Amino acid sequence: MTAITLNIIVQGILTGLVYGLMALGLSVIFGVMRVVNFAHGEFTVVAMYAAFLLFDMLGVSPLVSLLPIAAAFFFLGYVLQRTLVEPFVSRAEHEQFILLVGLATVVVNGLLLIFGPDARPINLPYSFDSYTVGSLFIDKVRVFAALGAFAICIALFLFFRYTRTGTAIRACADNLTGAGVVGLNVKQLYAVTFGLGFACIGAAGTLMATIADASPGLAPAYTLLAFVIVIIGGLGSMAGALVGGVLIGISEALAGFYIQPSMKSMFSFALLILVLVLRPQGLMGRRL
Amino acid sequence: MRDIWQRLPTRGKTFCLAALAAAIAAPLVADRYLLSVLILVFYFAYLGQAWNLLMGFAGQLSLGHALYLGLGAYTATALWTLFGIGPWIGVFIAIPVAAAAGMIVGWLGWRFAIEGVYFALLTIAFAEFTRIGFDHLQITGASAGLFLSVNSPGSDKWWNLGGGPLLYYYLALILAAAATLLVAWLRRSPLGYRWLAVREDPEAAQAAGIDIFRAKMIAMLISASMTAVGGVFYGFYYRNLFPSQVFDIGRSIEIIMAPIIGGLGTVFGPIVGAILLTPLGESLTALMQHFGINTPGAKSIFYGLTLMVIITLQPSGVWPWLARKLGLDRPRA
Amino acid sequence: MPNDPFKFSRRSVLAGGVAGAALLAAPGIVRAQAQTLKIAVLLPQSGYLAQAGQSCHRGALVAPQVLADLGYKVELVHIDMESNPDVARTQTERAINEGAHCIVGAFDSAGTLAIAQVCEQRQVPLIVNIGAAPQLTEQGYKFLVRNFPTGGMLVKNGLHQIQALIDATKIAPKTAVFLHANDNFGLAQRKGMDALFPKSGLPFKLLESIPYDPKAQDLSVEVTKIRGLNPDLLLVVTRAADAIKLVRDTVRQKFQPMGIISPGAPGLYDEEFYKALGPLADYHIDALPWANPKSKVTQALEAAYTKAQPKFRFAVECFNVGFTFDALMIAGDAFKRAGTTNGPELMKALKATNLVDHAMIGGPIKFDEKGQNNDIPSASVQNRNQTPTVVLPAEVATMTPVLPMPPWQGRK
Repeated sequence: MTAITLNIIVQGILTGLVYGLMALGLSVIFGVMRVVNFAHGEFTVVAMYAAFLLFDMLGVSPLVSLLPIAAAFFFLGYVLQRTLVEPFVSRAEHEQFILLVGLATVVVNGLLLIFGPDARPINLPYSFDSYTVGSLFIDKVRVFAALGAFAICIALFLFFRYTRTGTAIRACADNLTGAGVVGLNVKQLYAVTFGLGFACIGAAGTLMATIADASPGLAPAYTLLAFVIVIIGGLGSMAGALVGGVLIGISEALAGFYIQPSMKSMFSFALLILVLVLRPQGLMGRRL
Repeated sequence: MRDIWQRLPTRGKTFCLAALAAAIAAPLVADRYLLSVLILVFYFAYLGQAWNLLMGFAGQLSLGHALYLGLGAYTATALWTLFGIGPWIGVFIAIPVAAAAGMIVGWLGWRFAIEGVYFALLTIAFAEFTRIGFDHLQITGASAGLFLSVNSPGSDKWWNLGGGPLLYYYLALILAAAATLLVAWLRRSPLGYRWLAVREDPEAAQAAGIDIFRAKMIAMLISASMTAVGGVFYGFYYRNLFPSQVFDIGRSIEIIMAPIIGGLGTVFGPIVGAILLTPLGESLTALMQHFGINTPGAKSIFYGLTLMVIITLQPSGVWPWLARKLGLDRPRA
Repeated sequence: MPNDPFKFSRRSVLAGGVAGAALLAAPGIVRAQAQTLKIAVLLPQSGYLAQAGQSCHRGALVAPQVLADLGYKVELVHIDMESNPDVARTQTERAINEGAHCIVGAFDSAGTLAIAQVCEQRQVPLIVNIGAAPQLTEQGYKFLVRNFPTGGMLVKNGLHQIQALIDATKIAPKTAVFLHANDNFGLAQRKGMDALFPKSGLPFKLLESIPYDPKAQDLSVEVTKIRGLNPDLLLVVTRAADAIKLVRDTVRQKFQPMGIISPGAPGLYDEEFYKALGPLADYHIDALPWANPKSKVTQALEAAYTKAQPKFRFAVECFNVGFTFDALMIAGDAFKRAGTTNGPELMKALKATNLVDHAMIGGPIKFDEKGQNNDIPSASVQNRNQTPTVVLPAEVATMTPVLPMPPWQGRK
């Protein structure tokens, strides 16, 4: 393998982990509640703007503002679920879809109205740095984002495995009726789940802001990408989101390098079709 | 056909006739702006009917109808620009092309038991895949776009789908009306009942001896074909096509708004939805300008809020509610 | 209230169509011999083209006053076409109903063509401010003029500028790679490149032309691919935000070309580019039409713009604002000569345009029988001290070009 191929693959993995990071929040909400959050990308961009504002006005590095933003987003998600989404949880997908598409439209245009259309960068001292390993160049900010992705993934895993609330949420996801029967407060748990999903969105958006410049136009593409990744990786599987992301990242990198960059996302969609047909539960998902 | 008519309550008959007469007579009073809005209303009503067949009746959520729209538009316009084959013939080639795509999507989806959101993602994947494909298809101009001239011989004649707003207005009206009739008839047909059975309870439908796969495939076939015709209309109305415009996921979302807001699975839902939504957008723009608000995005915020309010208050759509209020709903059988 | 028009009754719902009609239909204003020309300016102020659309819009906002001072009477109606051809089309109809005599717009080709359908039927002139698809003036529209270069013209002028840059700086590049967005703007230039580069006589080899997906989120693989080819010059056609990604990844991968040059694409000269990249934004060159700093019209425009946008770092946004302003000036000039707002007469006057003083660099504005202005030269604009600066041609330049560009490392 030539050095450049190796570099391409390493980049694909890094980009993929960043993609996976972006998809984690969707996986949580979709996996547990089966609510199709079509405003996922929009809220990711809101988090990017939050990180931008904190950096621009107070000089807070995104790596520091990560936790407060995630906490604020937990609250935001909790409230959103309690007020807006709750009546829709048991409703048909297309109704959820309209609600969240409406919400997405409001958010995107609200951002445009407040911040204008220009891309807003966060210029960190190390924004342009990369690690050199032999002939490899590895971007510093992408490494941070990838580490963040792992950290969030592990935190979610621990939460779902070892806390009471986490176990209860898993019970809801596995068997909703049963969860109700044994006396779990499903509404409350769903609100927590939505909050958790949003906390992931908040953390992911903050990290994304170090890689991409916040602008309202990013949102729809993020939503779509997140869906593709979650479906490929497998619903409700946090590791699956990362695996899906990495798979997309590598396939885009290889297709972009060996075939043609402008055709690289064609291969992501082809991959999605293949996974849907051959393993509809996703690579890491459980049998449906 | 007569059967459908007779089943309507008297009030409904009056209503239908009045609406149709108003639509036919509209160009007498409406100015060009209003006509251009009404063209969009009927266009979206038509596409809504097509999509509603698949989702509202057969229960299959497609978020990739831009695929059939784009294939229809590209096939007919390419035939015209490359070979001089007019759209009235071209449409009969556009239909099988889009239908074939629909068959592929449907076959893959349903043979491998892909349901719900998964099926929706499958349809998006196909539409996006095709969009990027067309971005590279040199014969149709790739991402630089396909353009129809406006001064080549015959390009302004109605038989080549060129002309003034009246042509497109009546064409859109005929499409919407014909689609509504077709849908009303299908709904009462044995096929329509099979679709409803599949939608409501696939397992019971199968147990009752219905070939679910076949029923869904027929729904897809008709839906994709109808959407392709809408694409031909689109291509000749705008006279230019870009893959990033016609195959865009935004197009697919646009198509499904009217039927859901109007009332999924109802015959008149897509029409009511289109009558509400397109003028809603236009009125918001007009209002903004009237009050001197020039803040880009404000209009879309109100539009998004309206969607959220409607779906929260009337989750099954505006039409069922409106029909009850107007006493137009059928007595429950 | 007995006649409350909003009272909800069954009958009023039946009449819903009519009521909606009354609400939407604007009072049809009879066209008369007006004293001022009413121009509807349609731009994508929201949606995916918002960045460029709003930039053009800022130019349209200051134009009426500047034009009035120059003796042109125009009144503007600003319309957001939302980056959506459907909206562009209905809003054009509405604007004309409400008395617009002329349309200016619409930055992108799909929107512009939707407007062109209406203008053609209603015999109202459309002046394209920005839109590079060659077909705009090739489809046979009789009520359309364009004061903007086609993709091919941009490339042709761009290649001339590259030759001039090589002559002026004495660099000797041996190879180049052409990277472009695979959208209608990028592909139009790619076609120009494929046709014109072999005949250009430029002293370097074009190793490869690489299209990228403008919807892609990441350009690191593209940059790695370019690094593998290791060209001396990197020629790019990007969209605004992509230019930032491109330079960032180029720096991170420590790839150091002699220069990054664009034959006329947005991105390299936008304020967001400087904000994102700081010193690394410097020394990139865009060879594109530019506001003429030595023209009196430009100076007047700059003065008005500075007043309207006091926070903005530059005197004026030379590309978007300049072209939008010139389009409006062309309209005002035609109206002055025609003495009427009648569409066909106005169009006749437009076709006979011979406008010597205008904002953008170049000779008098004239249109051929297809409505295209074929004489829109490019200038080489290099980023210096995070400011786009004209470096060529010498007669309008305010600095001399610097190539090869200084290394990324150690820039302040």
